[in-house]
Amino acid sequence: MIETPGAALRRGLRANPLLAVGGALVLLIVVVAVLAPLIAPFPGDAGNASHPFSVLHGPSAAHWLGTDQVGRDILSRVVYGTRVSPVIAVIVLAIACVIGVPLGVAAGFLGGWVDELIMRITDIFLAFPPLLLALALASVLPASLTSLTIAIAAVWWPWYVRLLRGQAASVAGRPYVESCRALGISRRRIIFRHILPNALTPLLVQVSLDVGGVILTASALSFLGLGAQDPAPDWGLMVAEGQSYFTPDWWLVTFPGLAILVTAFAFNLLGDGLRDLLDPKRSLLL
Amino acid sequence: MLVFVARRLALAVVVVVGVIVVTFAVAHLVPGDPASVWAGPHASAAQVAAARKFLGLDRPVAVQLLSYLGGILRGNWGTSIHTHRPVLSDIMTAAPATLELVITALLIAVVAGVPLGLVSARRPGRAADQVIRAGSILGVSMPVFWMALILQLIFSQKLHLLPAAGEYSPGLLFSHPLVKRTGFPVIDSILGGNIPMLGSTLVHLILPALVVASYPAGLIARMVRAQVLDTIGDTHILNARALGFGEGQIFGRFAMKLAWPPVAAALALVFGYSLVNTFLVESIFDWPGLGSYAAASIANLDTPAILGVTLFVAIAYVVANLVVDIVQAAIDPRIRPA
Repeated sequence: MIETPGAALRRGLRANPLLAVGGALVLLIVVVAVLAPLIAPFPGDAGNASHPFSVLHGPSAAHWLGTDQVGRDILSRVVYGTRVSPVIAVIVLAIACVIGVPLGVAAGFLGGWVDELIMRITDIFLAFPPLLLALALASVLPASLTSLTIAIAAVWWPWYVRLLRGQAASVAGRPYVESCRALGISRRRIIFRHILPNALTPLLVQVSLDVGGVILTASALSFLGLGAQDPAPDWGLMVAEGQSYFTPDWWLVTFPGLAILVTAFAFNLLGDGLRDLLDPKRSLLL
Repeated sequence: MLVFVARRLALAVVVVVGVIVVTFAVAHLVPGDPASVWAGPHASAAQVAAARKFLGLDRPVAVQLLSYLGGILRGNWGTSIHTHRPVLSDIMTAAPATLELVITALLIAVVAGVPLGLVSARRPGRAADQVIRAGSILGVSMPVFWMALILQLIFSQKLHLLPAAGEYSPGLLFSHPLVKRTGFPVIDSILGGNIPMLGSTLVHLILPALVVASYPAGLIARMVRAQVLDTIGDTHILNARALGFGEGQIFGRFAMKLAWPPVAAALALVFGYSLVNTFLVESIFDWPGLGSYAAASIANLDTPAILGVTLFVAIAYVVANLVVDIVQAAIDPRIRPA
């Protein structure tokens, strides 16, 4: 009997409660991001507001997570933060796929000098730790969220080239693809009907695993002053701004940082669980 | 074996040249005219033109690239705009402190990560496994700069258990001066038989090393678990069981033996990642290494220094991967052919 996708999912969730926790947290983050104006108690504080009479107030009934150095409500800013780095992560990964998937398919399917050229260039990019090259790029570009997105996307695509190349090369060598070629079916059709659908699952798993990493990278760059600029409600920037008030006003740093941790944790739990469920062979590679 | 080493070395050289080219390309992405920035805001058109000639920016890009490559190879890594010193000598002064921090962190990560991974793999799916898996995923999800601030708040500001910043207590320099031999304070105090200084350097290492260790520890625990689960059903393990070895030996000795090569490869990876994480952590702990230097260079928009540190860390990362590959090939003959 063939298991339905729903039954497979239920079995997976029972076997891996961490996947369920991750999925629920990610859902919660998405809901908060969509409904931010309704959830945030002071939506105006997400931007360039200033309240001189409530500067650096600790957590209270009015401001659950306290207020910052210009009196803005930290809860409201943390809530709106779900619209900054997680959205950047989605854009970065979309760009990385748009660049990486075609290059990877070309390298794996065509082989020969095309493969050689693409993979040597990819290797050079992979010779940098990702945060390092993103940091160097962001530091020569004007500090903004756009530069940050470009800098991270520019270092993230090689991972997708490598993934897709492996998938494409393994499918291209199978007998049914060879028989497709023998029948005179066009390369285009082979790529779209056989290679891409086969690569979809590992691609999905990789993207879900990478969201947390991109959020951490983006937060780190904003923490160093290379990304979001005041008054953007970015969590990394909020930690950096709160640093000078950290003792005794601990809430400025604690809550935005906790938001980064919970969000990265949620996406990593989800990605890890999805990989175990959908792509158990690659669990070994990390 | 010799052929393998030679090929692997040649590949590393090609990659390093590629890394230098990418760094050069990044340097030339700077929006605006570096010559007018160099000459200052009030410079005349003639002065900017003179600056362009002085900086060599009037030459074709290919010539500039070659002269940059040649400079890097001869040890001319440019001059820091902020410190006005050669970038390479700044880096060499800062590197020992960072290496000491990162190596300590990796030791902590292996000592914590390997046993946790083994415990996790012992009964997969049970409570201990779920807790360790969640913990290791938490480790790789940690914003290190935030963890640094929080640990500092708890352990030094509130509990007064550990020092908040620095490599050692500066007061000790008067009673027990540190003789500089290698530049690594821990090693120098051991070599000098300086026990109070050794204690001080070790205590100062705890917080920053724990922060830097969070990512590698999580990654290693996950990796050991996955590898051990993959091999635990193999016939040679069954054979060891049949011979009556205890569970501790089965996991710690036989299953772990096969897990070491991927863990070693992961160590090279996290060595590179951890070097970059020090950029976020060192300035918080006032640690006088590459990370503080990089963070200060970023804050001062000191492009030559930023690119110098980038290049240095990238080369260190390439070398770490090379060393791990060669050591593995020396131990494991299956890697060598091809």
